[in-house]
Amino acid sequence: MVDLDTLARMGYVPSEERLRRGPVAIYECVEEIPCNVCVFSCPFNAVTKNKITDLPKIDFSKCTGCGVCVGRCPGLAIFVVDVSREGDVGYVTLPHELLPAPSKGSEVLLLDREGREVGRGTVTKVYRDKITRSWVVTLSVPKDLVMVVRAIRVIK
Amino acid sequence: MRVERINDLPEASKYEKRLVSEEITTDVLIVGGGPAGMASAEVLCNTDLNVVLVDDQIRLGGQLIKQTHIFFGSKELFAGRRGFEIAEEYSSKLSKCSNMRIISGATVVGVFKEGVLAVSDEAKYLIRPKYVVIATGAYENHLVFENNDLPGVMGAGGAQTLMNVWGVKPGNEVLVVGSGNVGLIISYQLLQAGAEVKAVVEALPRIGGWFVHAAKIRRYGVPILTSHTILGVNGTRRVEEAVIARVDENWNVVGGTERSVKVDTVLLAVGLTPNTELVRQFGAATRYIPDLGGLVPLKTPYMETSVENVFVAGDLAAIEEATTAFIEGWIAGYSILIKARGEREEYLTKRENLLRMLYEYRSAPVSEKIRRSWQLSLLPCGGVNA
Repeated sequence: MVDLDTLARMGYVPSEERLRRGPVAIYECVEEIPCNVCVFSCPFNAVTKNKITDLPKIDFSKCTGCGVCVGRCPGLAIFVVDVSREGDVGYVTLPHELLPAPSKGSEVLLLDREGREVGRGTVTKVYRDKITRSWVVTLSVPKDLVMVVRAIRVIK
Repeated sequence: MRVERINDLPEASKYEKRLVSEEITTDVLIVGGGPAGMASAEVLCNTDLNVVLVDDQIRLGGQLIKQTHIFFGSKELFAGRRGFEIAEEYSSKLSKCSNMRIISGATVVGVFKEGVLAVSDEAKYLIRPKYVVIATGAYENHLVFENNDLPGVMGAGGAQTLMNVWGVKPGNEVLVVGSGNVGLIISYQLLQAGAEVKAVVEALPRIGGWFVHAAKIRRYGVPILTSHTILGVNGTRRVEEAVIARVDENWNVVGGTERSVKVDTVLLAVGLTPNTELVRQFGAATRYIPDLGGLVPLKTPYMETSVENVFVAGDLAAIEEATTAFIEGWIAGYSILIKARGEREEYLTKRENLLRMLYEYRSAPVSEKIRRSWQLSLLPCGGVNA
């Protein structure tokens, strides 16, 4: 699976300065596939592609971390991270399509890119995208895990 | 008994003729109501050509009806929406076309001098079309291994139908064979249905499908075992275990690496074969092109086969995916309009734009095989009239 160095090389990791400023989208779209859902989903025109088969290019100065693309991406490959607040807590927003439904305030297991449990987090916000009906879940997690957590397991 | 080659279409037997309950004369016959067939039908909807669309399922949509994942692609090509929703929308749209008759639940079984024979539970139709679009799709490949006829071994597409169309979970502990997009997507859908996917095995040293599909199942802990194959399954009345092993670069099993995985279901996602029986009955020239899925009909860039007025579109022409099947279906539809109604600027422009769109789609590295071999499936320039 993909590592941080690869993401950074592809221009998917914002600067420290940008990360401190507020939530921002992290794209883990590392293969040139014919798709541009993110481009037409972004309300701020922060994502561009010249050809449909190019990798998306994200303008972090335009991205507000709103998370609309998270629930739309067919590859479930977009996340929003937020490390802008003081303290040890960070936030990750991710797409979720498994039952049971995640609910606000509940504690969930945090999974990394290989499905390993890396801790527990709390759902701070959840909604269903109006087109795809996927859940878009925001979690509070230990700050050092925002680039690690990429899925959750809802505790029944 | 004498066996000899017939050079023309055969005549229907008296028996076949006697059982025909309805004879239909039409401008266009579309065989197959998947993405390609529905796209052709859409182009021809509400034109002055009569269209008959025959599909063997009870619901239009082909593979779309079980595709619960979100579509990739561009906005004008349904991206961001789920396959079954697209099928529902098309089904309702086509049912309102004034010039279209949709015959569902009927299988086209043969082509005769007298016409094309389609059979449903209730009726037998003899259809005489001027133009034909064959969009019969593909069927799943099987795999040879010990006890592969035990209940619990099935095609990934079959399992998808059980699960996503009929709401029946095919098993609880599953091994998926093949890591192409079909294998990766079915694994994710099994997780969604509450099944446990023990592993995906892949004989090649690398994952076959798209990165994003692999990442989706990896993050729930599903192992993707490359350079691994299935040797067999065991069980008394159904699958109880699968035996897998490592293979080397020459596909030979590495001794001592065999191990048993406790599963009740083994799903085969080892490729698709174009469903060319019907187009071959029409007499269309074919060629064996492994990159396109095996034996495929030759055709012009406008999707016309070597038999004049017989067109193809979709997986039958080359194993690809729904988006390109739609584009090919539209191209075939415009080709028929152009032949039937003359070379109108509007039709020609639309068709050229679609050809460009197809070209752009196939320019991705993931479409390398199709790009490499598409030319091999093209008829000499000018096609049937050359």
